[in-house]
Amino acid sequence: MKDMIIPWDEDTDFGTPAKEGKPVTLTIDGFDVTVPEGTSVMRAASEAGMQIPKLCATDSIEAFGSCRLCVVEIEGRRGTPASCTTPVADGMVVHTQSSKVKKIRKGVMELYISDHPLDCLTCSANGDCELQDMAGMVGLRDVRYEAPEGAGLANHFQTRTGAGEANPEWRPVDASNPYFSFDPSKCIVCSRCVRACEEVQGTFALTIEGRGFDSRVSAGTSLDDFLSSDCVSCGACVQACPTATLQEKSVIELGTPERSVVTTCAYCGVGCSFKAELNGDELVRMVPYKHGKANRGHSCVKGRFAYGYASHTDRILNPMIRDSVDQPWKEVSWDEALGFAASKLKGIQKEHGRRSIGVITSSRCTNEETFLVQKLARGVFLNNNTDTCARVCHSPTGYGLGQTFGTSAGTQDFDSVEKTDVVLVIGANPTDGHPVFASRLKKRLRQGAKLIVVDPRRIDLVKSAHIKAAHHLPLRPGTNVAVVTSLAHVIVTEGLMDEAYIRERCDWDEFQDYAAFVSDPRHSPEATEMLTGVPAEELRKAARLFATGGNGAIYYGLGVTEHSQGSTTVMGLANLAMMTGNVGRNGVGVNPLRGQNNVQGSCDMGSFPHELPGYRHVKLPEVREIFEQAWGVEIDPEPGLRINNMLDAAVDGSFKGIYIQGEDILQSDPDTKHVAAGLAAMECVIVHDLFLNETANYAHVFLPGSTFLEKDGTFTNAERRINMVRKVMAPRNGYADWEVTQLLANAMGAGWDYTHPREIMAEIAATTPSFAGVTYDLIEEKGSIQWPCNEAHPEGTPLMHVDAFVRGKGRFIVTEYVATDEKTGPRFPLLLTTGRILSQYNVGAQTRRTENVVWHDQDVLEIHPHDAENRGLKDGDWIRLASRSGETTLRAKVTDRVSPGVVYTTFHHPDTQANVITTDFSDWATNCPEYKVTAVQVSASNGPSEWQEDYSAQAERSRRILPAAE
Amino acid sequence: MLSSTLAPSDEEIREIIAGQLHLEGPLLPIFHALQESFGHVPQTALQPIADALNITRAEVHGVMSFYHDFREVPAGRHVVKICRAEACQANGSEALAARTLEKLGTAWHGTTPNGAVTIEPVYCLGLCACGPAAMVDDKVVGRLDDAKMDKLLTEAGA
Repeated sequence: MKDMIIPWDEDTDFGTPAKEGKPVTLTIDGFDVTVPEGTSVMRAASEAGMQIPKLCATDSIEAFGSCRLCVVEIEGRRGTPASCTTPVADGMVVHTQSSKVKKIRKGVMELYISDHPLDCLTCSANGDCELQDMAGMVGLRDVRYEAPEGAGLANHFQTRTGAGEANPEWRPVDASNPYFSFDPSKCIVCSRCVRACEEVQGTFALTIEGRGFDSRVSAGTSLDDFLSSDCVSCGACVQACPTATLQEKSVIELGTPERSVVTTCAYCGVGCSFKAELNGDELVRMVPYKHGKANRGHSCVKGRFAYGYASHTDRILNPMIRDSVDQPWKEVSWDEALGFAASKLKGIQKEHGRRSIGVITSSRCTNEETFLVQKLARGVFLNNNTDTCARVCHSPTGYGLGQTFGTSAGTQDFDSVEKTDVVLVIGANPTDGHPVFASRLKKRLRQGAKLIVVDPRRIDLVKSAHIKAAHHLPLRPGTNVAVVTSLAHVIVTEGLMDEAYIRERCDWDEFQDYAAFVSDPRHSPEATEMLTGVPAEELRKAARLFATGGNGAIYYGLGVTEHSQGSTTVMGLANLAMMTGNVGRNGVGVNPLRGQNNVQGSCDMGSFPHELPGYRHVKLPEVREIFEQAWGVEIDPEPGLRINNMLDAAVDGSFKGIYIQGEDILQSDPDTKHVAAGLAAMECVIVHDLFLNETANYAHVFLPGSTFLEKDGTFTNAERRINMVRKVMAPRNGYADWEVTQLLANAMGAGWDYTHPREIMAEIAATTPSFAGVTYDLIEEKGSIQWPCNEAHPEGTPLMHVDAFVRGKGRFIVTEYVATDEKTGPRFPLLLTTGRILSQYNVGAQTRRTENVVWHDQDVLEIHPHDAENRGLKDGDWIRLASRSGETTLRAKVTDRVSPGVVYTTFHHPDTQANVITTDFSDWATNCPEYKVTAVQVSASNGPSEWQEDYSAQAERSRRILPAAE
Repeated sequence: MLSSTLAPSDEEIREIIAGQLHLEGPLLPIFHALQESFGHVPQTALQPIADALNITRAEVHGVMSFYHDFREVPAGRHVVKICRAEACQANGSEALAARTLEKLGTAWHGTTPNGAVTIEPVYCLGLCACGPAAMVDDKVVGRLDDAKMDKLLTEAGA
């Protein structure tokens, strides 16, 4: 039984997916094996440590039974069934190595090899090829198939036939994808790529064309190549391919990697685990890690392929300083740069007071680095002037969920989606923003779960291959609260709420107040239809489905938070979940899709000006005391300045210096002109980044940053999962980011002496109750930990609020709709909303410096054909986009994905500067900017706006670097 | 066989697709309807079919290419299918086919330059007792020899 099972290597491919079911015991080659019902014989054998040869099976996809290499004999059954498609049965007796099956396997293998080139030594998959392994395993020693006299043997791999003519069966390599190539001559047509594209990724871009000997893998139709097909370059096919047919170009160029390090992707908030595979310190490829609990072996084009920015020539590797921003940069030593920065900051504090400088932490950096940056403000600057980019994305999530449930984070893990029955996606576009989660969601939808999409735009989830939303509520931007309250109205007035749950888990009196509020006829879908543009009947059906369809899960993104009523919408969603009894078990919950890799962590680490690590207010003396004890300083009891307040204060002249780690506020924050004015008014702007980003145009000190490949630490993803980031190579700039912050602190006299991020984590654990049990040793042991992790939850907490809400009783908060002050009018009749696309990431600093630009090389404005026609605009025209704040130009894309009256663009490219357009309206509770609603006008244009020209001239001037003095 | 000289319009294609959507499993009926109207299934129809059925054009291509009878380009005015299955081979169908192709100056699946005849292989017409056999448009012909084939081709205008 179990004790006979030999330990397997962590990369073992079990052939077919794991199943859940009651235990079944069978005998394989004389050994008893117990596995869950539904498991294949192949997997059972593999779990017992006996590998059955296979080609078309791999454990990320369901069995297919086409290669016939895995045949076995089963006592009492006729023939030789394929072990991959045969489920186990109690008492079954299996023989995997009878002389009969060995002979069949050799014959099968011989046929495969007869149509495969024998160039193993020069093949890019040499040493990493399952076909090679299987030929070895079955003991194939000879291929007997010979060409008939005077003719060649029909095959797919020789460019010429035996007679010297062009081989009509041969096809050239398709190298159209920038990251991997498809070489049909090496294909064994096992269909693993096709099935991975369908089952794992859910894109269905691949197929097998033809039949019999003519069968070939085809991306799209016969007129397509990989690039023109529906392929999203997630890499699932490359991962599944057993041969060199689908192969990373980096492996073809650099060779097979010899070592690997498991680490965490530094793109979005899904937090996928990857194996960085290297030769020496040269990164050969990133491979999704099978045991990563967020991604379960899947990846997207960014994490898997877009790491080239780490070695891009634009990367700055030496510190630089200058006295004023119209001067060119001067490269200097670390000592000189840090001394220069420290003396400037100290000088400012001396002259303008302790609160005249501040920091901005990065959601791209590790928890440990973020902790140190806010510690720099609180423990060295002695003020609370710390803020983070979460301000501009998910600060309403922290506030809204904190108020209603008691924790500022999502309630579930990503695995939970596998148990959900009705999914409400609001203000999120997972297939572009959180692609790996989207694949897991789509898989569940294909199994029959229902989907409700609330979004002004027809996102891919509304209708794409094999997916169709039951209801799409295309609301007018800015009316989220009205829609969410109307959903609640239908649930309450039609009596669909879960009263028992509410009575047990929530404050019943507050619910009564809330029920009375939402029952008011002015919240009915019929009453709000005029305002929101959502058909009342559709909204009613959606509400009924969500309330009665089984496990209901809410997933939301920045389309909820980046509004003047962002926090209100978050509370409204929490109300919906509570009133339908959808918090506290698998398959339900309220799940923010976090934008950046460590935006959850940067919030947890006390980046906000009013909160110490662990979301504890700085005004609380008992909390301050913990840190005062630990750090030996007095903590300022007054909350500090938020980013926008810092910029306002800078313009006013009371805020003079800032240290910005890994964030490009000039490009990412709203109202670019205001940001530029604020930065220009400061005396010392220190930018700590990989590249001379847009903010650096206004900087006096540039400290080169390190990539996620070059440091140790942890990232916390949207599931509250603390994942390990491991140093796979030495920092090219000399120091990891946490070291740079420490050097700056020490230059100001702090005397810190951390030698490894694990010491910083120990300090976090010692001071922050929700992290009390977190240690590097525990993360190493468990792979990852979801906070809270403390005495009550020693192994972390996958699901929150299981028996009771963290705050005690769940709290219903009244959600009155207040229209934003940003209104359309005769001059600005359209509403602009913004978003992202799959291949680019946020401001694009990383992805623009990779081959990902083949999919998206400029931001375009999506506009409805009706609005375009009114303005005489055609697809591809240059247009001028103007708002009350400013104007820019870009090209139009005419599409009915957006409703009439709504236009949409992305903000990935600095030359577009979409944030010149956005206003400085913001969330009432958290100041999260209202990126998602701007009243605009669109008109024809013939070139860049004056601002764009001035801006690019200034940027060019500001990026000059003097050659280093010899 | 119809063969439209004009490229089918998107509108015509959409109409034909819509006409089959009420069926269970409408993909093959859509192919048949398109081929009946246009003499082939135009490549431009694949994406509209995919959109209508909420699948991808790769899947549509995969199904279509599986069935040899669905054409990507229109055939000639007449289609001659020569049997290459075992019984006909035993009666000399390979030689007959080789000569036919040579005479017409085309390869399998090819069409004569004047657009009169397309030659295709077929694997058994159920006429094994009368091989070599062929099918001209919808009519089967048995006991073929070179002379009989020439006559058929002349009648077809090759």
